Amino acid sequence: MMLTDENKKYLLTGNEACAEAAIQAGCRFYYGYPITPQNEILTHMAIRMPQVGGTCIQVESELAAINMVHGSAAAGARTMTSSSGPGISLKQEGISYLAGSELPCVIVNVQRGGPGLGDISPSQADYFQAVKGGGHGDYYTIVLAPGSVQEAADLVYDAFDLADTYRSPVMILGDAQLGQMMEAVVFNKKCEPDSFKKEWALTGANRRKRNIVKSFFSVQGELEEFNAKLQEKFNLIKSKEVRYEEINTENADIVIVAYGTCARICKEVIMKNKLPDIKVGLLRPITLWPYPSQIIQEIAGKVQAILTVEMSAGQMVEDVKLSVLGRCPVHFYGRTGGGIPSPKDIIKKITEIISLKENTTCMT
Amino acid sequence: MEAVYKTPDTLIDTPTHYCPGCGHGVIHRLIAEIIDEKKIKGDTIGIAPVGCAVLAYNYLDIDMCEAAHGRPPAVATGIKRVHPNKVIFSYQGDGDLAAIGLAEIMHTANRGENITVIFVNNAVYGMTNGQMAPTTLLNQKTLTTPQGRSAQNDGAPLRICELLSVLDGSQFVARASVTSPKNIIRTKQLIEKGFETQIQKKGFSLIEVLSPCPVYWRMNSVDSIKFIDEEMVKTFPLGIFKDWEGQN
Repeated sequence: MMLTDENKKYLLTGNEACAEAAIQAGCRFYYGYPITPQNEILTHMAIRMPQVGGTCIQVESELAAINMVHGSAAAGARTMTSSSGPGISLKQEGISYLAGSELPCVIVNVQRGGPGLGDISPSQADYFQAVKGGGHGDYYTIVLAPGSVQEAADLVYDAFDLADTYRSPVMILGDAQLGQMMEAVVFNKKCEPDSFKKEWALTGANRRKRNIVKSFFSVQGELEEFNAKLQEKFNLIKSKEVRYEEINTENADIVIVAYGTCARICKEVIMKNKLPDIKVGLLRPITLWPYPSQIIQEIAGKVQAILTVEMSAGQMVEDVKLSVLGRCPVHFYGRTGGGIPSPKDIIKKITEIISLKENTTCMT
Repeated sequence: MEAVYKTPDTLIDTPTHYCPGCGHGVIHRLIAEIIDEKKIKGDTIGIAPVGCAVLAYNYLDIDMCEAAHGRPPAVATGIKRVHPNKVIFSYQGDGDLAAIGLAEIMHTANRGENITVIFVNNAVYGMTNGQMAPTTLLNQKTLTTPQGRSAQNDGAPLRICELLSVLDGSQFVARASVTSPKNIIRTKQLIEKGFETQIQKKGFSLIEVLSPCPVYWRMNSVDSIKFIDEEMVKTFPLGIFKDWEGQN
């Protein structure tokens, strides 16, 4: 399976597309542990990495995986791991160390239902742990949320570039639906991993001063100074890297805010014009961190209400409310535990919102 | 005049944070001497643990990486796979390696990862003021075994060399101590052999070093040395447990 023809379309699952895009983006070090619904990433890597002279290790634990990523990132290579909810929870300590050591890497989370062992169905209930840091300490990871198999592949390329640009872990936040479904995908993005000079990397202190990769500060005041530097970096990312897609938000009565699989379902409601009397728009965040707060704030000043649709009990809706700051009512529709909102459910919710005589209170 | 004894190039000439009578300083020096003698300073990357040796990178003048508690073998694996021709070693204490990091050390050894592990066993958690380690001796008193370690409640001490030597992936596994000039020279020979195992691409090597912790053993330095020579070696016998050259 050599997927190197950039003019050809391949029919792949979202998981395989993520794995292949990583290879095309120059990732040669992948570490993974089996967990449904992301197993195809590991199995694809097991086939492909030897073909390109790379390394794929099926590790003994998620802890080992994220710490091998730590090592390969520190050594200056493009490296990735992937998992789903429970495994990502295990990796969070390591992600905190990666952020604290300013190491670039990519982590794919193909979300499943939780809490606990939950189930293996699509879910967006890992939003909090993805966008609010996730592990201990003051940090963020860049979080990219694809809405299709093609976009999953494209965002993996971008994830590696963003990781190297900002020396930061980047998370791809998908779900079981995106991971498992098959769509046509083209691998034609240009990527130049060698254009990123990594003078900080551990390569052996040969004819240069030694490098130390660490997140520990033992001298009073040093950590605060370092945290200030990290915050500066986060502010720079916030100012430069926000991405979103807008559909029919101009003159809309109601704008839906949804990402990933949910956004796809909402798009169908809008594109098929299922509510001819109501103008419905969609704002789809592509970066979940940094969050597209500015545009949501602008939209909030012009619409009757915002509806947030998620496969969770209400997580992203908190960021929507923080963006709206009371400018309009914010409604929420969510399904959990493997429930996927149907276009019918969303239409019903919108009809309810419109039929409310006064949209004066913020509801969840 | 020829200098016959000097600070190794690889050892940074600075006071350490280690307590009086601690063995880490001696072991750091041995590693530095070996790196100098093998002329691999520019080709060696070390991994510091969480524990007393967390600041090892302040003393060894080479590229070094921090690792989360217990994970140095995983970090070392990640580095070694990127730089297969560099010499990669992790430096770990007994809590780091034999408690929270047991899975990583077992699987790294089992994969036959071509790295060297320096395992410093002082039978106690020093950094956190002296709690029981997985290698604490039976009846040994610590903050968390005030009546002495009991096999019934706490289990018996873990013998890492014995455990690792039965794995197909391990190639050189040995235990030494730093209680006398003779033992220190022996420790150096074994660590050197570990590095050589890696340089010759034979596979995984680990050298366990029994090391004194007078402060958290609540003993003076002389008694600490005696404790290793007379008590610790009964549970942790010195010697070579596995050798790819078949000398055990």
